[in-house]
Amino acid sequence: MTNEPTPGAGMRESALFDRNVIHEIQRKAREGIYDIRGFGAKRKVPHFDDLLLLGASVSRYPLEGYRERCNTAVTLGNRYAKNPIELEIPITIAGMSFGALSAQAKEALGRGATAVGTSTTTGDGGMTEEERGHSEKLVYQLLPSRYGMNPDDLRRADAIEVVIGQGAKPGGGGMLLGQKISDRVAEMRDLPKGIDQRSSCRHPDWTGPDDLEIKIGELREITDWRIPIYVKIAASRPYFDVALAVKSGADVVVLDGMEGGTAATQDVFIEHVGIPILSAIPEAVDSLKDLGMHRKVQLVVSGGIRTGADVAKALALGADAVSIGVAAMIALGDNAPEHQQEYEKLGSGAGYYDDWHEGRDPAGISTQDEELGKRFNAELGGRRLANYLRAMVLETQTLARACGKSDVRNLEPEDLVALTIEAAAMARVPLAGTKWIPGLNGNTE
Amino acid sequence: MGTAEQTVEVVDLTETTIRELNQRLHDATDGGPQNWRITHPNGLHAIGAGINAPLEIDIDGHVGYYCAGMNKEANVRIHGSAGVGLAENIMSGTVIVDGDTSQSAGATGRGGLVVVRGNAAARCGISMKGVNIVVEGNVGHLSGFMAQKGALVVCGDAGEALGDSIYETHIYVRGSVTELGADCIEKDLKEFHTAELSGLLAEAGVDANPSDFKRYGSARKLYNFSIDNADAY
Repeated sequence: MTNEPTPGAGMRESALFDRNVIHEIQRKAREGIYDIRGFGAKRKVPHFDDLLLLGASVSRYPLEGYRERCNTAVTLGNRYAKNPIELEIPITIAGMSFGALSAQAKEALGRGATAVGTSTTTGDGGMTEEERGHSEKLVYQLLPSRYGMNPDDLRRADAIEVVIGQGAKPGGGGMLLGQKISDRVAEMRDLPKGIDQRSSCRHPDWTGPDDLEIKIGELREITDWRIPIYVKIAASRPYFDVALAVKSGADVVVLDGMEGGTAATQDVFIEHVGIPILSAIPEAVDSLKDLGMHRKVQLVVSGGIRTGADVAKALALGADAVSIGVAAMIALGDNAPEHQQEYEKLGSGAGYYDDWHEGRDPAGISTQDEELGKRFNAELGGRRLANYLRAMVLETQTLARACGKSDVRNLEPEDLVALTIEAAAMARVPLAGTKWIPGLNGNTE
Repeated sequence: MGTAEQTVEVVDLTETTIRELNQRLHDATDGGPQNWRITHPNGLHAIGAGINAPLEIDIDGHVGYYCAGMNKEANVRIHGSAGVGLAENIMSGTVIVDGDTSQSAGATGRGGLVVVRGNAAARCGISMKGVNIVVEGNVGHLSGFMAQKGALVVCGDAGEALGDSIYETHIYVRGSVTELGADCIEKDLKEFHTAELSGLLAEAGVDANPSDFKRYGSARKLYNFSIDNADAY
């Protein structure tokens, strides 16, 4: 006799109580605490895979691949800033903290982004020399915790991102568990070593959009109106949040869908709060258009961007650029098969590992352990990231040219159809083969 | 006396914009004007935000949000009251307010000294990271929330949830405390703390007896998550 259940005839797994659910109930009963993990939402939600692009045909003509130019450059932050950010590609690197990531990983993100002419972003732990030194364009986040915040780093940043929300946890703060608090991380955050470092969910010195406008004004004064100020929001009520960000004076709005990654968040938060980026972009674009600010205040979207197809579809829905986090970490080497045996020792496997908060990442990326960190080669990681970004840009251009566009941002909703009714309703493009957009076209809104 | 007055740069904010003022303050170097008097502030925001030099600044009147925000090295005296976020994220130097301040005074400050002669509203010293704050009057609720480093001295009374989720900041209160926040407890006033308090009172120009104060700090029970403490959250 064995205790292991043997699936077979007559053994029907419950759709509601599947093996993962049962495992989690048993774990909770044993440990008495919710699950905290990294990565992003793992449940299936309507996404860019549920959209298709309509290539050119008789009614419109395509551009020649590898021959006719297809521009990918984008300018971010030219509403008020004297020195807007000029990107060569419409894909940026999202904010990830030193603390969540090793210094070597932060350096690699800078190297990779700089090689292809795009920006990277600090995170909830301040700015390190490694990332400033290797990032030609660095966005400095102003978060509720203000860990490491100082005016010198504000002045040497290329843009400031006021973080209000993160797609993985709209309305939630952060937590860096004690095991990742090295001497250096502790010093940068002005806290003792080894204790859990909580990041609050609200900013300490402003509440509401009227205050935010004044706060942005202060940041502009400190930086002499040189650099753009982004406002990052989690996708939950994007129409109103985008409008309020614009009203508050943002140069750029960064919109992070529920699929967006995190270093450490409760699983219940990751999977159950916020809306998919697919459904958030049209609302955000509507908001900008209603204010007459579409393309004047740029929209950067994130949350589950993996391929050039995702990029092309996000741009077609009206975004000016996208941002990647989880995908960038995977490009660096996270979840790589060469670490399979070590992932197994941690009770996981290559392709499944999401305990980024524990600091035991065998790839040396989501860790502060010096020995693990040394395994990660920042130069090689940077090259991999640059390769990945280049490949995604080529994919995006391929799709844009097929739709007859000489600039990736000329892609438009008219180039899209949806595979499912849900995606059609959310993205507000017709179901493939029909003219039907659920909720529009005279249907109940 | 006459010579000193001639070297004071006077800026009237009914004639000069905040942008022009702050640019001049940012451009001030050793060779430029070091003594400044700002008149008619009229509650304007971000006056003196981002100063990065040892300037001596007097402001005649009330200021709005974020006065002397992220200050480095300058000594700023406000002859009036201050709005939200006075000297937020101050790095060094001193900021003194003759009147009262609105909420979040000295928020996230990492160094320097903030002195409030009157009362400070809610969240005074929220997330403070090394700044010292001396309030001659009372402080509002949630003062010292998640305070990490530095000292908060309250010569009057403190409102609800004082020092909620506090880390390593030392809080000294002479008057009453309506209620302590999560993980904040009264602690012994040891020799080190009496000396620290005496020094801060002297630096702030406050005549008070350190032995009249009680000290509050972290019980350190919430430093690492434990399910047994879940009812504290």
